[in-house]
Order: sequence, then structure tokens, then C-alpha cells
Amino acid sequence: MAEQIEGAGASAHGTAAVHEHGPPKGIMRWISTTNHKDLGTLYLLFSGLMFIVGGAFSLVIRAELFEPGLQFLDPGTYNEFMSMHALVMIFGAVMPAFVGLANWMVPMQIGASDLAMPRLNNFGFWLLPFAFVLLLSSFFLPGGASAAGWTMYPPLMLQMGLAVPFQIFAVHLMGISSVTGAINLIVTVLNMRAPGMTLMKMPIFVWGWFITAYLVIMVLPVLAGSITMLLTDKYFGTTFFDPTGGGDPILYEHIFWFFGHPEVYIMILPAFGIISMIIPTFARKPLFGYESMVYALACIGFLSCLVWAHHMFADGMPLPAEIFFMFSTMTISVPTGVKIFNWVATMWRGSLTYETPMLFSIAFVVLFSIGGFSGLMMAMAPVDFQYHNTYFIIAHFHYVLVPGSVFAIIAAVYYWMPKWTGVMYSERLGRIHFWLSLVFINVLFFPQHFLGLAGMVRRTADYPAQFADWNMVSSIGAFLFFASQFIFAYNMARCIWFRRGMAKATSRVWEGAYGLEWVVPSPAPYHSFHDEPPSKYVDSESPWVLEVQARPVAAS
Amino acid sequence: MPSFRGMGGGLAALVGLLLAGAAQGATTLEQDAVFNLPTGVTPISREIYGLHMYGLWVVTIIGVLVFGVMGYSLWAHSRKRHPVPAKFHENTTVEVIWTLVPFLILVSMALPAAATLVRAYNTSNPYMTVKVTGSQWRWVYEYPDFGVGFVSSLDARSNQASMLGSGIDPATVPHYLRAVDHPMVVPEGKKVRLLITSADVDHAWSVMDLGIKKNAYPGFINEVWFNADRIGTYTGQCTVLCGRGHSYMPTAVKVVSLEDFNAWVKGELAAKHTLHLSEGCDAEAAAGDAVGKTFPVSQVCGSGAKARWQGSGVPRHGTRDEDAAAARS
Repeated sequence: MAEQIEGAGASAHGTAAVHEHGPPKGIMRWISTTNHKDLGTLYLLFSGLMFIVGGAFSLVIRAELFEPGLQFLDPGTYNEFMSMHALVMIFGAVMPAFVGLANWMVPMQIGASDLAMPRLNNFGFWLLPFAFVLLLSSFFLPGGASAAGWTMYPPLMLQMGLAVPFQIFAVHLMGISSVTGAINLIVTVLNMRAPGMTLMKMPIFVWGWFITAYLVIMVLPVLAGSITMLLTDKYFGTTFFDPTGGGDPILYEHIFWFFGHPEVYIMILPAFGIISMIIPTFARKPLFGYESMVYALACIGFLSCLVWAHHMFADGMPLPAEIFFMFSTMTISVPTGVKIFNWVATMWRGSLTYETPMLFSIAFVVLFSIGGFSGLMMAMAPVDFQYHNTYFIIAHFHYVLVPGSVFAIIAAVYYWMPKWTGVMYSERLGRIHFWLSLVFINVLFFPQHFLGLAGMVRRTADYPAQFADWNMVSSIGAFLFFASQFIFAYNMARCIWFRRGMAKATSRVWEGAYGLEWVVPSPAPYHSFHDEPPSKYVDSESPWVLEVQARPVAAS
Repeated sequence: MPSFRGMGGGLAALVGLLLAGAAQGATTLEQDAVFNLPTGVTPISREIYGLHMYGLWVVTIIGVLVFGVMGYSLWAHSRKRHPVPAKFHENTTVEVIWTLVPFLILVSMALPAAATLVRAYNTSNPYMTVKVTGSQWRWVYEYPDFGVGFVSSLDARSNQASMLGSGIDPATVPHYLRAVDHPMVVPEGKKVRLLITSADVDHAWSVMDLGIKKNAYPGFINEVWFNADRIGTYTGQCTVLCGRGHSYMPTAVKVVSLEDFNAWVKGELAAKHTLHLSEGCDAEAAAGDAVGKTFPVSQVCGSGAKARWQGSGVPRHGTRDEDAAAARS
């Protein structure tokens, strides 16, 4: 069977070389491209750039917090960097990275030649550079960038100056971009699967993104609504959020967090999918509880829409509302726990090897769980009165976002880079990158648990002197973590641009890998499944997960 | 350069936290630097501490078990030791167990938390009421039961040291960014109700030792209560981003004996710290606290109050209007 698959891959390559018209040359290839692989590359490169920008902002923040007292920044400027760090990281780095991965991998994993709406795909990407030019240019306006946090709570947001319309229009563009990507993904998944691939045979990464896409379509328009109301409050005399006109500032928080809480799952469900692909590969064992994984994803997606007000426990909501949101929030930890247990059960009695993607995935399971643990603690509403808006919260959501989402993105890039470029990255540099990242991410964020419990308030440029020591530790961790990522950038840049002398990747790449993306050659041709329908690899008689996905294991 | 004197204690606290270590004392101005949640000095804050430690134990035990199993698997089921992988991929029994058991654990956390929440929400029958108004970037405290009212701002030494490039080491300033010129004073062992609102943007009034954090909104009034049973000064900060002075809005409460409190009230009245009754004050607006209206204190309470509020010519992290004026000039 293995020879058949390898042979088929080679012949697909051979015929593709004859028929393929290939991309146009030069800059116009990238501007006009409608190819899902080109756009995936653009999304990922854009995301990498934004990781550097957002990371640099975080270093500005950590430099100011290195010692108590103000050393570099006016507190207003500090708030600008703090606000922009969040917006750049959420909308510029994490979300486009996942969209980039979906662009590359979803069509290949379901056996489609491209996304369903390639021109829309191009439009969705090219909105982003303009959105971020608009957003980041607000630093140079009189009064500077908006300093009201990424949450943009009124009335503070309405006190900001010229930056308000810049930021609001930029976020609108980012939202439109995300929604186009999500629509495209849903249409593709529902219509373009290879014959025989039923929904419950889809790779779990596709499932993660499929549910994410519904969340995107549901909540991004809500964000658009809330910030449009801000805009009319500021410029057109409405008083949605102004109590002097009968408005309500808490209304904004409800609308914002109805977007904001599903948003955090938008940033983690694709990561769950990635980890659920990588762990079985390196455990050489099928994913444990595929169906319960799918149901857990769906369940998390559904529950994420019922918990938003746990961001608002200190708002003074009525008692029944507090209790409802406390219970609903706690409930989310059940499906999330199922996922963690299933990953551990997938490793159990496997035959494990520890290549870089697997190392990052194992770190994901542990560190994401730590973020989940603090999340469970803060779900208890009265206890959240103490945790709320302290560094305990900062530690919590950075644990789920950095060693959570970002480690998953890094793992995915290592995992699929040989498929994209046809060469193997340096495993030695990968391991160095992993161990440095693992150590410094914890030096960076673990002490923030202590700072928060001791009462250090978030979003402050300066802090009481008793918090000095752990802040210094945290800042050192931040600088070293940031520096460590350049090892990754170098390693990947070699694969992309300086391939000479690097080991060639096979089409299978990893001996335990399964799924349709591994039957196309490495590097993946410009049009996959061009001449050869993927259906020959999909056995409609047998359950996809068991037979086809597990088969390559025996082959090696 | 802050000293690293806390490092040893910090590492000890790290171990202590992971093992759910011993209770820490209350944070008062006299006792800095803790690494766990303070137990606090009110019944609610102690209940919260108990819930916090229970939650910490639960997640620690779950973590040790799950990571222990995973760690064993990473060692024992590496390809070197376990070259042929097993083929199983589902087991309904264990999947049901690890769905139901966490659910029961959650119930054991949720029920006591809900009970505490009900108590924390019961603001009935207070001994006295203090109206707390957040304003960029100070707190206004008014005691309608006693006719006392005053503005509480960041202490002058902290303010001076906190300026960009002040050259003053904050470690040399006592209670840097937590000391205020005029703390709220309340009697020991009495139920105090706070009515919290804002004159401009969102703020939040928070003192961990009292187990209180409650947002302050313009146009709305939030209620909380506490009953502090230990004499001392307890501090916190504004916890909702409220602009460039957000770091400089400490909340400080001085708990004193009832006799001392009564003496303090007399002294305040004698010193004419009677903000909403003071000269130039709009009586109707000043009565607003009774009907839930809010108002910018600076507009209501005349030049006398405003002068007292803004101190004496020392550079401060100014009000928004002052900053705007400075930026224009």
C-alpha cells in the first residue's frame, strides 16, 4: 500500500509538471494570486511580521515595567503601546496565522484543489495590510494612538482623539477580512470534500476550523456593531453608552464580550485541531476518541456563546446573572478536560518520538492546561473579585494564548514546513528553539501569577515597589523569549529562501503522518490533486479515521 | 535598583503555592510583598481565600495526576522502550468517567462559591454608608450619615517619585503608589456599605484585604459591603483602565476603633471636610447621591473644594482638562 501511495504521489508530480501553467512571475504573482497556497504563504508571512511588531510593543511594555517608577514612557504612551500590543497580536498575528494554516492545509486535507471562492480569498488577505497601516499610523496622529485598551470601553474610548476613527475603521477591515475567510472555509468544507470523506471522517484540524468559522461569522459582526455605536456616540450625537442621554456603559461591555469571549475560542479551536493532528503522528497511534473530540469542539463552540459576562463579574450585575455565568463558565472545563484526557490517552502506549512539532505539542498540553486551571479558579465569581484585572488574569490568558495558540502555530509550521518547501528544517535548531522557548515563556509568565495574587493591577505603567522583583524576572523572560524566536525565524527562512544543501523531504515527511496532505509530493505542487482525484485514497467502505489515517504507520 | 531580597521568599512561595502553602497574613501598609492571595480582614475575604485555596488544591491535584500519567507515558512509551504502538482509539467507559468526574468536582466548587456570592451581595442593614465616586484620577468619599466628605488623592511623595525621570528611587518612598493624602476611615467591627459611582469614565474601587472589587460607572450606582474586624490600613488601586493616571488612583481604608472613628468625624467636621455641603456647592446636585444621579464633583462643589482637591501647586498627574490645556500650550 505504501508503494502505491508513494508511486501515486510521484506520478501526480510528473503529470503536474507537464500540465501545470504555474504562477505568474514577480510581485504581481502575490498581488493578484488566487491560489490558496500563495495566499496561505502571504497570511503566514504577514502574521510573522505582526508577531515581530506586537512582540516589540510587548518589549516596550516590559522595559517600562522592569523597575518601578517611570523610566521611558509617559503613562499615556504606555497605554497606547499596551492597547496596540493586544490588537496587533490578536487581529494581526494569531488570527491571520490560523487563516494562513487553513488556507494551506484545509484544501489539501479534504482533497480539494483550492478554496471555493479564490478571489474572495485574495480580497480577504489584502484588506489586512491596509487595516494595519491604518491602525499603526494612528501612533503618528496628534494625541497618539488610542490608549483605551483593545476592549475600547466607553466613556474612556470616547475621550481618545483622532485615533478613534482610525482604530475603528481598521478593526472593521480586520473583521471583514476574518468573515470572508470564514465564509470561504465553510463553503469549501461543505462542498469540496473528496468523494467518500463524510464530515465525521474529516481531519480534526478541519473540524476545529469549521467550528471556528461559524464563531467568526456569528461574533465579528457583533464587534462591528459595538464599535460603530462608539463611532456614532463620538461623532453623531448618539448616546448608546452615555448615561447623560439615557445610555449605558455596561451595555457596551455586554456587546463587546459577546464578541470577545467567543473570540478567545476562535484563537484556540484551530490550535486544538493542530495538536490533535500532531500528537497521533508522533505517537504512531490513531487519535483517541475522534468522535468525542469533535463533539467537544462543537460543545466548546456552543458554550463559548453563553459565558461572556464572566469578564464582568465585578460590574455589579444582578445576583442571578452572576450565578448563571459562573456555572456556565465552569461547564466549559468539562469538554476542554475531555480534550486534554484524549490527548494523553493518544500518547498512552503509543510509540513516541520527540521531533520539534511534538515537543511544542507536549508543551502545549501542559501549559495550556495551566492556563485552564487558573481559568477554572477565576470562574468562581466571588474569587474573581480578587483576581479580576490583576496580573493573575494576565498570566491566565497569556498562558492560553502564548504557550497555547502560539505554540500550536509554531508546532504547525514545523510540522508542515517540509510539505510546503520540500526540505527538512534543522532539527537541532528546532530543539534549541523549543527548550529556550519553554524555559523563557515560564520565566516570563509564571511570576505574573504571584504578582496578581499579591494585588498588582493590570494596565498600569507603574506599580508599588513590593512588586519589583517578580516584574524584573518577568521582563528578563520577555526579552529572552523574544530573542529565542529569531532561531525559529532563521530556521524557517532557510527552508523558504535558502534551501541549498538542506535534506529533501519525502512526500510522507513523518513516518506516522496520515491524511491526504501527505499523498501529494513535497513541496506541494501549485495545484494539488490536479490530475489525480483524491478519492482513490479515500476508502468509502471503511471508517476514514481507522483505516486510511492509521495505514501509513504499518507502511514505515 | 530594587533589591532582590524577595527572591528567596519568592522561590519558597512558588513551592508553597504549588503545594498550596500556609496562609499568608493580611497586606497592610505595614506588611508588603505577599505571593499568595491575602486572607484579608473581613468574613467575606476569608471565605474567598478559602475558595481560592480549595480551587488551587483541586487544580494542583488534577495537574499532578494528568501530567504524572502523561510524563510516565512520555518516558515508558517512547519508541525506544515501546517500539510497537497499541491500536486502541476509544473506550466508552473511561470517556464517560472523565466527563462525569470533572462535572462532580465542578459542583463541589460552584455550590460554596454561590453561597459566598449570596452573602457578598447582601448589603442590607449597614451601620453606615460611604459614597465613593471615582474621578480622573482621585476618589471622592462622602459620608451622608455624618456630613463628612473629602477627596482622596495619591500621596505627595509617591506623586513626586512617580514622575517620568524623577530620579527618586520608588523603593525609598514609603508605600509607593499605595499611600494617599486622605484615606477613607471606618470603624472596626461595623458593617459599612459603599455606594460606588463615577464622575467621568469607568473606574473600579478595590481593596483585596476587604475582599472588594467593584466597578464605578457614570450614571449608575453599585453597592458593596464589608465588615473589617482588624484595626489597620488596607490599600488597593483603581482596577479599570481609566486613562493616563490609572496607576495613580490608590484606594486606602483606615480601620479604627469606634471611639477613634467618632473622634475622627468630629475632627473632619471641624476642618470643614464636608465636600457636598461646602461653599459653592449646588444643593440639588449634592442631593443627587440619594436618587442615583451623578455629577462631576468639580462642577458641583465650587472653588473651595476644587482648590483642596487639586493640592498646592505641586506638579501632579493632572486632570484631563489640565493635561489637554498643557498639551495645547
